[in-house]
Amino acid sequence: MGQLIVALVSGMLLGIGLVIANLTDPSKVIDFLDVAGNWDPSVGVVVGCAVVTAAIGFKLAGRRGQPLFAPSFGASRLESIDKRLIIGSALFGIGWGLSGFCPAPGFLSALFGQLEGYVFIGTMFAGMAAFTLARK
Amino acid sequence: MENFTPITAAIGGILVGLSAALMYAFNGKIAGVSGILGGLIGDKEQGDRLWRVLFAVGMLLGGAIVLALVPVRVNVQFDASVFTMAIAGFLVGFGTRLGNGCTSGHGVCGLARFSFRSFVAVLVFMGCGGITVFLVKHVL
Repeated sequence: MGQLIVALVSGMLLGIGLVIANLTDPSKVIDFLDVAGNWDPSVGVVVGCAVVTAAIGFKLAGRRGQPLFAPSFGASRLESIDKRLIIGSALFGIGWGLSGFCPAPGFLSALFGQLEGYVFIGTMFAGMAAFTLARK
Repeated sequence: MENFTPITAAIGGILVGLSAALMYAFNGKIAGVSGILGGLIGDKEQGDRLWRVLFAVGMLLGGAIVLALVPVRVNVQFDASVFTMAIAGFLVGFGTRLGNGCTSGHGVCGLARFSFRSFVAVLVFMGCGGITVFLVKHVL
């Protein structure tokens, strides 16, 4: 039960933060990636502040040796820089640049009632499902 | 740079970081959004699905609360056509699953854990995103 409440609250914090930072506006993200144009560093500030906050949180949490509501910490043990990582991240980067959406803001675009957002969400889930099917 | 909004960006960023810290401190999970959403449609066991649903519902709820409370008009401007958005969505969905993470998993959580693998992923997707935007806006 505790874990479920944390998931809900954690999701809420993410949604609140992304909408406050206006990352749900694709043109905001494209202006960040458009170094040669009217560059807007805001997305860099969002990521920078998020990384520092998360790093402090992870450090403090790690000191306890165990999560409060779970038996152990489960972090990815993947270390290798392989083809999957590079090709996957490259495809994601191209899609991110074309749309101005990464998964979280794209998903949140459901709140704005625009066709472009709904289409993105639909094909994003289709892409995820295609990966799951291809792996089998 | 008149479009730079450092204060809302900093507040938003801290909340995004807190979200990741909470998931780790309480549930022991590194919560990347592409992994959470991908798990919704994957072949996860039932017990592993409910928290993902609640996280996703929480995102929408949190976003809706801000939209309801903040009186200013929230600007959402799409530069891309519906067709381009369809292709982009597929690339984002497939690519983040293949590469095991997105801006939150590799970007926020990975960098906060000082993961070199995530650092490489961030360089690749930022680089490819930047090149794509450059081609679309300044070449094509």
